[in-house]
Amino acid sequence: MSKAFTLALSLLSTPVLADWQLNMNEGVTALSREIFDLHMLIFWICVVIGVAVFGVMFYSIFKFRKSKGAVAEHWHENTVVEVFWTVIPSVILIAMAVPATATLMDMYDTSEADVDIQITGYQWKWRYQYLNEDIDFFSNLSTPREEIVNESAKNPNYLLEVDKALVIPANKKVRFLITANDVIHSWWVPHFAVKKDAIPGFINEAWVKVEEPGVYRGQCTELCGKDHGFMPVVVEVKSEANYAQWVADQKAMKLAMAGEASKEFSMDELIAKGEGVYQAACAGCHQPNGQGIPGAFPAITGSAIATGAIDAHVDIIVNGKTGTAMQAFKEQLSAVDIAAVVTYQRNALGNTVGDVVQPSAIQK
Amino acid sequence: MATVDVDLPHVKDEDPHHHGPAKGLGRWLYTTNHKDIGSMYLIFSLSMFMIGGIMALIIRAELFQPGLQLVEPNFFNQMTTMHGLIMVFGAVMPAFVGLANWMIPMQIGAPDMALPRMNNWSFWILPFAFLILLSSLFMPGGAPNFGWTFYAPLSTTYAPESVTFFIFGVHIMGASSIMGAINIIATILNMRAPGMTLMKMPLFVWTWLITAFLLIAVMPVLAGVVTMMLMDIHFGTSFFNAAGGGDPVLFQHVFWFFGHPEVYIMILPAFGIISEIIPTFARKRLFGYSSMVYAVASIALLSFVVWAHHMFTVGMPLVGEVFFMFATMLIAVPTGVKVFNWVATMFRGSMTFETPMLFAIAFVVLFTIGGFSGLMLAIAPADFQYHDTYFVVAHFHYVLVPGAIFSIMAATYYWLPKWTGHQLNETMGKLHFWLSFVGVNVTFFPMHFVGLAGMPRRIPDYALQFADFNSMASVGAFIFGFSQLVFIYNVIQNVRAGEKASAQVWEGAQGLEWTIPSPAPYHTFSTPPKVN
Repeated sequence: MSKAFTLALSLLSTPVLADWQLNMNEGVTALSREIFDLHMLIFWICVVIGVAVFGVMFYSIFKFRKSKGAVAEHWHENTVVEVFWTVIPSVILIAMAVPATATLMDMYDTSEADVDIQITGYQWKWRYQYLNEDIDFFSNLSTPREEIVNESAKNPNYLLEVDKALVIPANKKVRFLITANDVIHSWWVPHFAVKKDAIPGFINEAWVKVEEPGVYRGQCTELCGKDHGFMPVVVEVKSEANYAQWVADQKAMKLAMAGEASKEFSMDELIAKGEGVYQAACAGCHQPNGQGIPGAFPAITGSAIATGAIDAHVDIIVNGKTGTAMQAFKEQLSAVDIAAVVTYQRNALGNTVGDVVQPSAIQK
Repeated sequence: MATVDVDLPHVKDEDPHHHGPAKGLGRWLYTTNHKDIGSMYLIFSLSMFMIGGIMALIIRAELFQPGLQLVEPNFFNQMTTMHGLIMVFGAVMPAFVGLANWMIPMQIGAPDMALPRMNNWSFWILPFAFLILLSSLFMPGGAPNFGWTFYAPLSTTYAPESVTFFIFGVHIMGASSIMGAINIIATILNMRAPGMTLMKMPLFVWTWLITAFLLIAVMPVLAGVVTMMLMDIHFGTSFFNAAGGGDPVLFQHVFWFFGHPEVYIMILPAFGIISEIIPTFARKRLFGYSSMVYAVASIALLSFVVWAHHMFTVGMPLVGEVFFMFATMLIAVPTGVKVFNWVATMFRGSMTFETPMLFAIAFVVLFTIGGFSGLMLAIAPADFQYHDTYFVVAHFHYVLVPGAIFSIMAATYYWLPKWTGHQLNETMGKLHFWLSFVGVNVTFFPMHFVGLAGMPRRIPDYALQFADFNSMASVGAFIFGFSQLVFIYNVIQNVRAGEKASAQVWEGAQGLEWTIPSPAPYHTFSTPPKVN
């Protein structure tokens, strides 16, 4: 590519991380490196074949021109040559398929895992449940809306950051059990070479054993609706000791949360808290201003539910509405969050109902 | 290759009983003439190519920079979906049917298609199918937004209401394709001139014969899968709904059982076109005619046993992964044979580089690059990294744009003098070629890189590390898109005026179509020629 063209492009684009990455990430696991090597092997095979074929072609194009006085020869068949270039590629392909099959067998060996984590895709967030610990949380995109709509500068982890990352221990075999709640999603972390579709009604398996602690980022890779581009995967790999500490912290936090649910909150407290919950959990569909998208997602402002009986309002948030994109939030939000967001929706976004619901009244 | 040693009893003196075309709109509405219907298919395809192209430019404009600038994510998804559907079913397939209508009767020495009234019907239902599909853009909730592969349950339980119109449109397109395919098979098997045995047929005819069988085999499968969707949406069944005991993965198996042969439906006629053009401009007979025929037939057969390579990440059993990996890699063998044969045809030929030949050579190079990335995608473990990234987008655009679309342009430039009676304007043709060639590569080559670096497909916004190559691709897309205005100009200009073309048109051209005058009379081969 010419320098002038690069320059023209850089003038056109906003100053962002100049990153002309050309190749796949080698990754951070033994398996991801094995896959990377396969990728490079088949790539170089293609390059060699390409150079040979295109070489002969361009040689012919330059050498056998009518304008240079070339006269066409009359042969148009040669069984030996034709058998040769049928058999040779077949041999190359078999040679290629053997190591590929071996790697596949490794990828499918999910036995003897140290940690089991169930991953569930939701429109447009991931839920992580640690099967042997009492840990269960959702992971949402945390990039602020202002960055997405270009009202503020984009941070380096733009669209690849979440409010709460999946945490796994280093040097342990971690097995993922992957499924979905609504439509098909796909859970992908390029540095692990783990990509598995999350399919409602199915549980797929994958595994990873990461050597080095670090933060690894990926995305949903199966079109799952409007915000498919906005459901990143972030995995934080911690050393064994730090992981154990994290697990203990999670349990302590859970106890503290249970205490909050019986507290009484003022209306202002609930509205203030509810705004944050609304922007994280509701604004994706119902829009930040509560206007919805006509024909697709109903408005909150002036809606019959958000201005009607408070029990029905709580019910639709807790249990969702079957057959629509309205999910059941009872698993995703705490009683405090639900009380806050209901109060917020009734007393903000243009609604002025004036009533309050307390966390203790939320029947999950 | 068909021999040109032909007796032509009635070329100049057509049967006086036949009249020319009717006057006015009625000519086009009621016509049963293969040339009229061929022209209508081609014009329809070009219009759809423009509409689908505008959608592509909306997509590329939004992706020019990170952040949301022009469109909302939901509309972006409608654009990717409609772009795919329109290009596949509205642009590429009808263009090949149009070329088949024009050329197959002329290449086999038949007076018309075998079933002319069905021919009229199969064309005229198409505009209605696409009006229905396009009208969904203006419906509440918007057009289909679940991708051209419309995976359930996103396309059933979670679909906008317009999905029903989409299903109706797909049914009509399918019916049109099936009728077109029946017509082509009936024509080729029954109406060849005396002496034209199957193994003397031009390769364009051969590839279309095989493509037509593929169409008849898989279009009913597509009809079946959209009907199952319709039942799930409106009649309470649960074919694809896990909560009701159904299976979302079943959808993908049925869809790709149609979908994989479908991608060969879009490339086999292109192989035929290239196999006509390269010998003409190399002035040398096609190398390995019979191996070309066998290669196309084997690709067609293999296309039925490789469908799940689109589904390596759905969680198939290991043995399934291995089977579909091996079967897919096998396809490289006959495909390789075709490329080697084209190169061997050029070797020790006497080449000139008129516009059709430039497109044909670009086809060979760029389609082969698309083939290489296809081979990489076939390696199942590596596919876990490539799947649903821009690497796949780069791959299938390389086989479809400089593959199928370039072959259609090559065919248009190659046969246009025969249709209009005017020589090409080579300068403008070459201008179109070079703009398209540069545009296509600037658009699609960087997609390999962002795909490998980890950018998923079908996203309206992306992480900052993908920004540079994306803006480059967008610039390329606008170059490619606007250079098609040159193509339209060239075609219109050639229809209106130009130097008179001879019957032969191209010095090295062989085959029956070059034995009739240019422009081809309204009725040709009313008395069959004799092929020796």
